[in-house]
Amino acid sequence: MRTCGATPGGPDLAGVDLTTQAVIQGAVLRAGVEDGVPNGAPVGNAYVRLLDSTGEFTAEVPTNELGQFRFFAAPGAWTVVVLAHGAREEIKVQAQKGSPVDLVVQI
Amino acid sequence: MSRATSLVSIDWVQENLNNPHVVFVEVDEDTTLYDKGHIQGAITFHWRDDLQDGLIRDLISKEKFEALLSKSGIANDSTVVLYGGNNNWFATYAFWYFKIYGHQDVRLIDGGRKLWELKGLPLVNEVPARAATRYVAKERDNSIRAFRDEVVAAIGAKNIVDVRSPQEFSGELAAPAHLPQESGQIKGHIPTAKNIPWSKAANEDGTFRSNEELSELYKSAGVDFAKETIAYCRIGERSAFSWFVLHELLDLQNVRNYDGSWTEYGSLVGVPVAIGA
Repeated sequence: MRTCGATPGGPDLAGVDLTTQAVIQGAVLRAGVEDGVPNGAPVGNAYVRLLDSTGEFTAEVPTNELGQFRFFAAPGAWTVVVLAHGAREEIKVQAQKGSPVDLVVQI
Repeated sequence: MSRATSLVSIDWVQENLNNPHVVFVEVDEDTTLYDKGHIQGAITFHWRDDLQDGLIRDLISKEKFEALLSKSGIANDSTVVLYGGNNNWFATYAFWYFKIYGHQDVRLIDGGRKLWELKGLPLVNEVPARAATRYVAKERDNSIRAFRDEVVAAIGAKNIVDVRSPQEFSGELAAPAHLPQESGQIKGHIPTAKNIPWSKAANEDGTFRSNEELSELYKSAGVDFAKETIAYCRIGERSAFSWFVLHELLDLQNVRNYDGSWTEYGSLVGVPVAIGA
């Protein structure tokens, strides 16, 4: 479980070579903020879709038990779509090598 | 085959959860999903441990398939209903597999695990105990499977449908964007292939588009329904999804899944490769 003060966002990047990978990742949490830190329960059965700059589907992953997801994209503009029971969120992101996009999506 | 005989709705599933003639089988890319909860009564097959030979790169033998189904409690006259995560990729692969070995009544849940979850329907943790059977498979039906020499010979002659993402087709990515991009293969696609990503056949909730939409999708991309068609992707699962659309939903004959796919083709010495959109 995520605790107050933990770094929000996607899975641990240890072992991922960020110089060669354009990572887009994050965590899907139930809406709820305390002292500015997202502390909602992780949503472990959400589906996260990655659309390219033209809106074309590229990939989809289910979230893990911590609500986390990760894509290895190409540098450029992408849209992340989060689907869960009763919820749908779209977030536009810019992927690049060297610096991962790390999202906290509250639904 | 047709949509009516190959596809069932989640409403049908709910009405048949206790039908003793029906065996639900979950097949996932992420094989931990089943243990996190599954449809009541469902068993699971592991796409690699259960469905790959393990020594050579091939399907499991007829004898191993018979042993797998027998110990799983699937009889020759069972109605096997497949579903899975990731828009049924690996479930359609398993569907194709059941057809290879001649199972009479195999169906797929429209929308798969995703639609089930998005609808908030219940998942259970109990693993059912099924009495073993004595399953007898048929010899492999290779009329729905393409091999590398047939694929090379099909360049410019038959429909070749590359169902990967546009980025993999063009050579920008080596694998789907949810997988690391290291790869032993060169990048690109088979010359004369049409890029019709598998995802274009599916709605956002994982259900298939209508037959009218599907027919228009392939025709408008240049697929000639009068010719034979070979579908491929990276390892043959996404193309099993598109094979299912063409062979089962649109009821086209002479549609083959090239399960060697890009991981084989992209490693062959001397074959032609194209890049770009």
